[in-house]
Amino acid sequence: MTEPAVTPALVAKHGLTPDEFARIETILGRAPNFTELGIFSVMWSEHCSYKNSRLELRKFPTTGERVLVKAGEENAGVIDVGDGWAVAFKMESHNHPSAIEPFQGAATGVGGIIRDIFTMGARPVFSLNSLRFGEICAQRSVPKNGNSGTDIKNSASTANPSGSEVNPSPADLVPSGPAAAALALNRRLFAGVVAGISHYGNCIGIPTIGGEIYFDESYEGNPLVNVFCLGILRHEQIARGAAKGVGNPVFYVGAETGRDGLAGAAFASRDLTEESKEDRPAVQVGDPFKEKLLLEACLELLATDAVAGIQDMGAAGLTCSTCETASRGGTGVEIDLAKVPKREPGMTPYETLLSESQERMLIIVKKGREQTVRDIFEKWDLPYAEVGVVNDDGMMRVRDGAAGVVAEIPAKPLADEVPLYAREAQPRPPEPPLDLDTMPATDPQPALPALLAHPSIASKNWVWRQYDHTVRAGCVVAPGSDAAVFHVREANKILAATSDCNALYCRLDPREGAKVAVAEAARNLACSGAVPLAVTDNLNFGNPYKPENFWAMRECIEGLAEACREFGTPVTGGNVSLYNESPRGVVDPTPTVGMVGLIDDERHVTTQAFKNEGDAILLLGDLGDAADLGGSQFLKVLHGRKAGRPPRLDFARERALHDALRALIRMGLIKSAHDCSEGGLAVALAECCVGASPRPLGANVQLDVPTGTRADALLFNEAQSRVVVSTAAANAAAALALLAWRGVPARRLGKVAAAGNGELAIELPNATCRWPVMELHEAWFHSIARCMAGRGELN
Amino acid sequence: MHFAVIQFPGSNCDQDCLRSLRDDLGIPADYVWHKDTSLGDGCDAVVLPGGFSYGDYLRCGAMAKFSPIMRAVRDFAAGGGLVIGVCNGFQMLCEMGLLPGALIRNRDLHFICEAVALRVETSGSPFTSRCRTGELLQIPIAHGEGSYFADDATLRDLEKHRQVLLRYVDPATGVPTPASNPNGSLAAIAGICNRERNVFGLMPHPDRASHPRLGSDDGRKIFESMADAIRGRRYQRAGAAIGVCHTEAPARDALVAMRSGGGDVFGV
Repeated sequence: MTEPAVTPALVAKHGLTPDEFARIETILGRAPNFTELGIFSVMWSEHCSYKNSRLELRKFPTTGERVLVKAGEENAGVIDVGDGWAVAFKMESHNHPSAIEPFQGAATGVGGIIRDIFTMGARPVFSLNSLRFGEICAQRSVPKNGNSGTDIKNSASTANPSGSEVNPSPADLVPSGPAAAALALNRRLFAGVVAGISHYGNCIGIPTIGGEIYFDESYEGNPLVNVFCLGILRHEQIARGAAKGVGNPVFYVGAETGRDGLAGAAFASRDLTEESKEDRPAVQVGDPFKEKLLLEACLELLATDAVAGIQDMGAAGLTCSTCETASRGGTGVEIDLAKVPKREPGMTPYETLLSESQERMLIIVKKGREQTVRDIFEKWDLPYAEVGVVNDDGMMRVRDGAAGVVAEIPAKPLADEVPLYAREAQPRPPEPPLDLDTMPATDPQPALPALLAHPSIASKNWVWRQYDHTVRAGCVVAPGSDAAVFHVREANKILAATSDCNALYCRLDPREGAKVAVAEAARNLACSGAVPLAVTDNLNFGNPYKPENFWAMRECIEGLAEACREFGTPVTGGNVSLYNESPRGVVDPTPTVGMVGLIDDERHVTTQAFKNEGDAILLLGDLGDAADLGGSQFLKVLHGRKAGRPPRLDFARERALHDALRALIRMGLIKSAHDCSEGGLAVALAECCVGASPRPLGANVQLDVPTGTRADALLFNEAQSRVVVSTAAANAAAALALLAWRGVPARRLGKVAAAGNGELAIELPNATCRWPVMELHEAWFHSIARCMAGRGELN
Repeated sequence: MHFAVIQFPGSNCDQDCLRSLRDDLGIPADYVWHKDTSLGDGCDAVVLPGGFSYGDYLRCGAMAKFSPIMRAVRDFAAGGGLVIGVCNGFQMLCEMGLLPGALIRNRDLHFICEAVALRVETSGSPFTSRCRTGELLQIPIAHGEGSYFADDATLRDLEKHRQVLLRYVDPATGVPTPASNPNGSLAAIAGICNRERNVFGLMPHPDRASHPRLGSDDGRKIFESMADAIRGRRYQRAGAAIGVCHTEAPARDALVAMRSGGGDVFGV
């Protein structure tokens, strides 16, 4: 087959600008051929090169005494956890594939992040995921009343194409027509993504032990699927993705290369095989069984000392792994595509190099140890082939059997010299503060169950019941508490991990929202009894060429960087996902924070639910006020508004809270701890009650505030730096004294009441609200199952 | 005493079973690779672990029965050796015909991972001798195809010979209910043994309930029962008095049952 000529039109089709093409000609000293153009196009794509975000990412703190492998050095960062043990962890997105094909999109996302971890020589021990979808049940709509902020017209916003005002009468809330179709699509994407994660994670036997799930109209048509994986290894086991040692053979191991995934990475394949393109899935298909074999075989091989370098084939497959290993090793790599195991005949060099077939690795083997590789991969019945050699001329040279050299590119410039851009940034005017006086007071009595039933706040048991979270026999705190807690048997270490981001805050104030994301992650770890160690992030934004999107990304990154410095948690890696837009608009800025912490002693593991009747309930932090209602779930869920300024964060106060909380936990004074986040104090208290095991517990709470305080603002504001704890009644005074001594504001709220027919009772100056806990439990526990069955409650 | 944990391609609870036996219970155990043809010298019990053997792309457990090691497992079982199949291992035992019935897709079609309450239907087996009949155990399940199915005649036969060892029940009442049956298993069956009572398959994972930090260590009782039975046999072979090998009553009862049961060694 003759290759197409490289024309300006073809260059543009490959997503390269004229300036970038000129740089390619300078690097090569000539024009690239078609195959080389394809190689540059994927290596210099946003996905592989981070060309629009890398300058901003440099703002992150990346060093620390526990950092063994820094961000950007390898496939994942590595952190010391003591006694010669380390953890490798990272978060990555698979947003666009999941929007097209939710099951395989999410499944291959899980497969990709797991490969990133065992490429480091680590045994993957658990996963988390952070998921965001459009609404899955009809939401309250409200008339436009001239208030500031954004009014949410209707859940599936296509419901009201005329833009006319809607009255919040129940009749208007029954979804029909386009709204019903949008809800059905959101449910399909949600169910498909959960099934895909369940399929891949359960089969490969890596427990999915936590994460977060939000539902918001901004993700309609563009769900976010961010997957996190953590692995354990000895310090001396850290494997490098570098092609070291001239003359060392290069092995290809794992699944055969097919034409799948080409459309995902490349752009010009249509011209090549117009007639066969229908046969190609746009999204790769994952095989968790094959990856399980690959994982075991690679770890067995890495234990033999036969490996000089190892790199997984993810985005841009063979191309990326070849030039990156050469670039890191300061060497060159020569491969012969004729030797690559292939799934189908007639694949061109272009296709072979750009394929994103899953479950493949590139291994640089120490010369003379080839037989070890063959023995192990034969034992595991996996394809393997010696496809090339490390050389010393710095070139990535690709042959195709008798056809000779088909691509010859200096490896380092290809991997590292992509042009970097600082795009134009256009600040959004700050949100006006919320004017509560224009809002009628809301009755808390129906408001609390409505908030608890919103799928973003409701129990996620429908989801995590489908994830195998008990395999590897280490899940100490089941999904649903503030952070997941896992005992790693290999190392006898107890790790806590969480993922957090309040994207609504980031929409209203990207910088403050990003700071809160880090603070909340650290707070969740503190509530679990853990000391935070480090952060991985997944930055989800819109098209960076739109100045307001680039500004939001920059603000979020600077906010994250500042907060990570404040909490002493370096960023060890992550992922940037741009262009998250659907015809409906851009997603809310979503800089997801994955944070890992360490718990010294099994006895310090703490969970959010109340434990015993009669225990004292304390609030660490302030009650907050109306100013802290900005960006609240209360406004969004009950008033259909994304408005106001999100609550402010005071780092010194937040750190003091975490330190004091951990001190209380270590002294054995605390029975439960739960941070106040979405839904404020009332939702936090309700969650402490309904989460109790084996049966929900009640609580009697008195809020001692000046008469005239608005109940809705008091109960549902989302002021930061707050934690609800319970202690044995006899320990309450000691706990309060310690908190006073440490300068952490705290107060006694009341006590834990009986289970069964118990109720959550909150006494306010003018009234007392009473909710039977079984009713709250019902609203909270089964909400998502109801929504998925199309019986979602209209809030 | 020595347990063999068989490793199939796609097994993902092999490591959990080995660590559970070795670390939590102090029972010597080693892996045996599925391509091997021998269980090794001095093997006292075989564990078929959970996972997705061969990806479970055909039918769960259907490919594993063709692994070279399975001939040795079959011979070992035929000779009265103790074989336990957990989850995917239970599916394999049914596929091999060592246990009757089949495990089909869960009632609600979803994979289910949760702690369940199990009622021990009889202590008269080498897998439940450490439990009291009627005792409740809390052990997690994690499967997509664990709904036990058999024809009426087989079910009647299982009941008649007291081969149902574990049933899903309501933790508060100890009685099987539709709500406490997570996967729609017939007769709420969670685990059965063969007529000879030396082969046991169960969907719940005792390997995930062998340490208090995991929320329950009830799974230990199953492995410890097996260890008792093995010790009992050793003593028996050596002509030792059974009473001295273990003083715990249920275990002793089981061993007495084994000694007196003839061909149906644990017959009740």
